[in-house]
Amino acid sequence: MKLLSAFRSSYLNRRGSTFRSLDPSSFDGGLIPKPSPSSIFWLAIHCLCCLISLILGFRFSHLVLFFLFSTSVTNLYTTTAGVSQLLQLKPLEKANVTAKSSRVVVGRHGIRIRPWPHPNPIEVMRAHQLLERVQKEQKSLYGVRSPRAVIAVTPTYVRTFQALHLTGVMHSLMLVPYDVVWIVVEAGGKSNETASFVGKSRLKTIHVGFDQKMPNTWEDRGKLESKMRIQALRIVREEKLDGIVVFVDDSNMHSMELFDEIQNVRWFGALSVGILAHSGNADELSSVLKTNQEGKPLSMPIQGPSCDSSGKLVGWHVFNTQPYATKTAVYVDDKAAVMPSKMEWSGFVLNSRLLWKESAVDRPAWVKDVNNLLDGNEEIEDGPLSMVKDPSMVETLGSCGRNVLLWWLRVEARADSNFPPGWIIKSPLDITVPSERTPWPDSSSKLPVVTNEEKNNQPATEKRSGKPRGSKSKNNRGTQEPKTTRSRK
Amino acid sequence: PAPPTMTNRSSLSAILLFLFFSASSAQHNVRTERISGSAGDVLEDNPVGKLKVYVYELPSKYNKKLLQKDPRCLTHMFAAEIFMHRFLLSSPVRTLNPDEADWFYSPIYPTCDLTPTGLPLPFKSPRMMRSAIQLISSNWPYWNKTEGADHFFVVPHDFGACFHYQEEKAIERGILPLLKRATLVQTFGQRNHVCLDQGSITIPPFAPPQKMQAHLIPPDVPRSIFVYFRGLFYDVNNDPEGGYYARGARAAVWENFKNNPLFDISTDHPTTYYEDMQRSIFCLCPLGWAPWSPRLVEAVVFGCIPVIIADDIVLPFADAIPWEEIGVFVAEKDVPELDTILTSIPTEVILRKQRLLANPSMKQAMLFPQPAQPGDAFHQILNGLARKLPHDGSVYLKAGEKVLNWTAGPVGDLKPW
Repeated sequence: MKLLSAFRSSYLNRRGSTFRSLDPSSFDGGLIPKPSPSSIFWLAIHCLCCLISLILGFRFSHLVLFFLFSTSVTNLYTTTAGVSQLLQLKPLEKANVTAKSSRVVVGRHGIRIRPWPHPNPIEVMRAHQLLERVQKEQKSLYGVRSPRAVIAVTPTYVRTFQALHLTGVMHSLMLVPYDVVWIVVEAGGKSNETASFVGKSRLKTIHVGFDQKMPNTWEDRGKLESKMRIQALRIVREEKLDGIVVFVDDSNMHSMELFDEIQNVRWFGALSVGILAHSGNADELSSVLKTNQEGKPLSMPIQGPSCDSSGKLVGWHVFNTQPYATKTAVYVDDKAAVMPSKMEWSGFVLNSRLLWKESAVDRPAWVKDVNNLLDGNEEIEDGPLSMVKDPSMVETLGSCGRNVLLWWLRVEARADSNFPPGWIIKSPLDITVPSERTPWPDSSSKLPVVTNEEKNNQPATEKRSGKPRGSKSKNNRGTQEPKTTRSRK
Repeated sequence: PAPPTMTNRSSLSAILLFLFFSASSAQHNVRTERISGSAGDVLEDNPVGKLKVYVYELPSKYNKKLLQKDPRCLTHMFAAEIFMHRFLLSSPVRTLNPDEADWFYSPIYPTCDLTPTGLPLPFKSPRMMRSAIQLISSNWPYWNKTEGADHFFVVPHDFGACFHYQEEKAIERGILPLLKRATLVQTFGQRNHVCLDQGSITIPPFAPPQKMQAHLIPPDVPRSIFVYFRGLFYDVNNDPEGGYYARGARAAVWENFKNNPLFDISTDHPTTYYEDMQRSIFCLCPLGWAPWSPRLVEAVVFGCIPVIIADDIVLPFADAIPWEEIGVFVAEKDVPELDTILTSIPTEVILRKQRLLANPSMKQAMLFPQPAQPGDAFHQILNGLARKLPHDGSVYLKAGEKVLNWTAGPVGDLKPW
């Protein structure tokens, strides 16, 4: 369908019709060889038309031809100069092109431009509604067939980093496109801080307190968290919640694909968790790597199901704690790496119907009857896998654990770290670094006395020096900073 | 609208309403819908047993030698002529006995004379056709029996058997006089046009099926582009002023909608072209120098509703596929209102079009897969030929009767090839 330009130009030159030679492209292409009277006449007409076109701003010559010649086809012309003139014009072609009565004519046609070629906001709205409807249809046809509610179980307690962790969890759950029930179990009883997060989430939530306080060692904390999760499962049983139970630990990070993938679970599923056992100390990590370099490749920081080539579950991949053997954190605020337990709860999801009391629910045989566990008669020892009789029957999610859908992380602040309750500061903060650029004339009356003296000293010295002001203030800052860091350490 | 008086009537209407809603909601969960055109539900017909095709043995200068000279003929959009030959050679409809054949096929590749840049030159094609028909009529008696009325030829070039790439020239030449009685299988189709004979079968242009399959994305990726188009709006080499190329329609699309965020249109050649089509609701298929384009095939394969801007166009297999229900037709004069037209289509209509496009037999009918698969374009061509059977008795000429004018046409065509 593409034409060769050579053929095209030769074709144009061969066209001998008189008014075609008025076409500027061919006119510019070459001079008329013999100035015959008719051609001079046409030349004069063309110049006149060009002048008039310049003034008017559109192709006036075609109007003349319209009045002189008439063919059977009409065309619309609009200008690109912004003047919206709709003219009825005829094309410049011979009309005897086709013997059949065709409305469609070969040749030069006008380029139709409407007067205001910009989008109409109502139509844009309508287009977006159409897009939404089409996407909804796509989702219903190709997405999850009958989406089930997501029951998120989160054990938490009030501490400095709780705001960081719970904000992340809250935002993740708010983005989930399915119904969510968020069960928050709090160690040390219900508190206002946690309640504010739970309230902000605009989800359906169940916030309960747990009587014990959170202990200070990671091991004990893990044990208590397991107990708190069992408490949440009891609530699921009592309220007869229907959906998929996910263990959303407050410091973990969840991807959105996780919530789509767990819709595929039938009874009890396992997925791969990325383990981020990092203390933030780069030296430590490199020493860990060095000890590991004796031939053995660094193992993946993943905990999850492991399948053979046919996709059958054959075992579990656990996090290799060996390289960290000497330097793991014991207390919650230790600076060493925090180790996960052998099987983290967050890597497992279960159908809430497993927890219901009725025997009418056709539980599969490979899952234990959890009522004993939930009634408090048993203790859970090795993590969630002890809820199944036959671990090889556990369903694998995320293409048999090859997709890591969430990350496990434990990071907490120092034991003595202080944070304002609810992160709302009741009285203004103390000045540690005074603002040196703008003199604040009124502030001296409001500040307490101690800082006032400092402030009075500072502006005086600064006003005296011109250029070295910058350096002096830098010096001031320099002397100030080590103080603050020292106090923090 | 519940009737007021009797409880019987109200319960009956409630039942009817419930049935209606359940029926309509049941339809909503259906992914595809059956396609039946004016010829009926014929997309999935099996042509085997309905017709017999005899393939002439022509010297290789008409087919194999051309392909050997330039293997690019196998990948450009006119490759249908070559693949049709290969398909017929091994198809069960082929018969080696010409006396029982319903249709006769001559394997000629008129579009295989390519320039260095890959464009086919149609200047020698009329002579090649003439020479081939002379050969056929002198070596076999079947041409003279009907003067070609039970013969078919594949002519996939721009304007079919008019053998020219420029429309005015093509119209001047008209269909090659010797092919006036034969059935033409061509990609060009426009109503009331010289180059479309009444009995012709329009086929889609060749688009490489493996390449398109390789770029499929999962169907749950949401369609977030409203209108999509990639291609030229102005052909600066051949039509610098504009208004000639595409009868000004493509230029109108650009000028009116270049600032419209709903229209993702540009002249880029992105590597994600196929993927982007699968993320769009509407794909523009405007005319270019000729009304047909491979964009239609791509739009159908990728489930994007084709917006056809080509007045009087005849789309492939028009009797088997109800194109008005599948695509959106916009007159060239209505291009400035394209956004109004597209946004005013009711939601249900759009969803229905998408369901029709999702029908796998629809996608199959547009493709020329190697090897041939049931329901593909090869089979649709055979079905079309089968639907034209049985031949009308008047087609058969008495001995010695001549209808065709062997000396008609431009002088240059009469030279031997």
